[in-house]
Amino acid sequence: MKKQYLVSVAAIAMAGALSTAAVAGGPVDEKLVIDGEIEMTTRTAPPEGHPLDELISGWHYRTVETRALETDSFENPGMLGVEDGEQIWNTVEGTEGKSCASCHGDAAESMKDVGAHFPKWDAESGRPINIELQINKCRTERMGAEAYKFDKGGQKPLTAYIKRQSLGTPVSIDLSQGDMQSWWEKGKEMYYTRTGQLNLSCATCHEDHNGQFIRADHLSQGQINGFPTYRLKQGALVSVHNRFRGCIRDTRAEMPAAFSDELMALEVYVTWRGTGLSVETPAVRQ
Amino acid sequence: MATVKPRVKVPKSASAGEVITIKTLISHPMESGQRKDKEGNPIPRKIINKFTCEFNGQTVFSCDLDPAVSANPYLEFTAKVNEAGTFKFAWVDDDGSVYTHEQEIALK
Repeated sequence: MKKQYLVSVAAIAMAGALSTAAVAGGPVDEKLVIDGEIEMTTRTAPPEGHPLDELISGWHYRTVETRALETDSFENPGMLGVEDGEQIWNTVEGTEGKSCASCHGDAAESMKDVGAHFPKWDAESGRPINIELQINKCRTERMGAEAYKFDKGGQKPLTAYIKRQSLGTPVSIDLSQGDMQSWWEKGKEMYYTRTGQLNLSCATCHEDHNGQFIRADHLSQGQINGFPTYRLKQGALVSVHNRFRGCIRDTRAEMPAAFSDELMALEVYVTWRGTGLSVETPAVRQ
Repeated sequence: MATVKPRVKVPKSASAGEVITIKTLISHPMESGQRKDKEGNPIPRKIINKFTCEFNGQTVFSCDLDPAVSANPYLEFTAKVNEAGTFKFAWVDDDGSVYTHEQEIALK
């Protein structure tokens, strides 16, 4: 008898959750259209072998106000960073007297859709390379400029500017290049390994409990299609490795260094987990 | 975000008598004057303290801003357009600089 009662309560709770999904912390059923023009893929079917039934962008888990900020690129505070990035793109630096534009020309053409396919395999270093490291490679090898330190100088704005040129393009990475598959495996192992004093893995929150509350906050699937993301908490652009480190810190584990083998492997794997979602850079999150 | 740069979004055209929405944003640190640097010295206040918007010489919106306003202040307001003309925007900085921007609007 008691069991029956519980079942009916659960049914009511479910019905309630469906009608007030935003309040309950689950993903809202809405469409993300930027500037009334660019329709974004924020829900999509997963690639083969993916543990989730549907991939959902973090945009769906945020409040009405936060979601609205992202739909208008004038109101999106992250666009200030993108504009900074555009300036840096055209600024000559280093001993070779070159800017990014000297070789790559107009980013709207040369960088179109490029950001959607990183990390890539870098045969020279024998490890995956992301946009931040690719920028540093260009700076040191071609421009004669100093590499940006993690999150310093123009690293975040320039990364955001380059990735913005892929706005709306579905994320996809090529795992057949070089050794990408084994880095993917390493990243997967990291994703599912519980660490820290709280004994949490990435999957504990973002796979098993997304759509539910973690204290007063909503857990998303932890997709990284919108990075660098403008976070209202920091009031600034936040890079993906910063976010990885932040999450790991919150499990009270030791944080691997940015761009270390561990975090590069994790970036490869987590990027793959968002295959098919549109690039939203700069996304706006809480 | 070291450079101060005003941005404005006004529709290109409107019908006579239409109420349009104007969005403005200026990149500015809005240093409140309450903070201290690493050595403990106060960081001098530097904020946008006044904003005005004129349409063909007539003020349609103006406001004073105070230290609690966050960096990169965003202002959105409405204006009724009866004729074609020019919107003139001005942001007044504590150091006396005035950042301006103009935008024309045509009648449909």
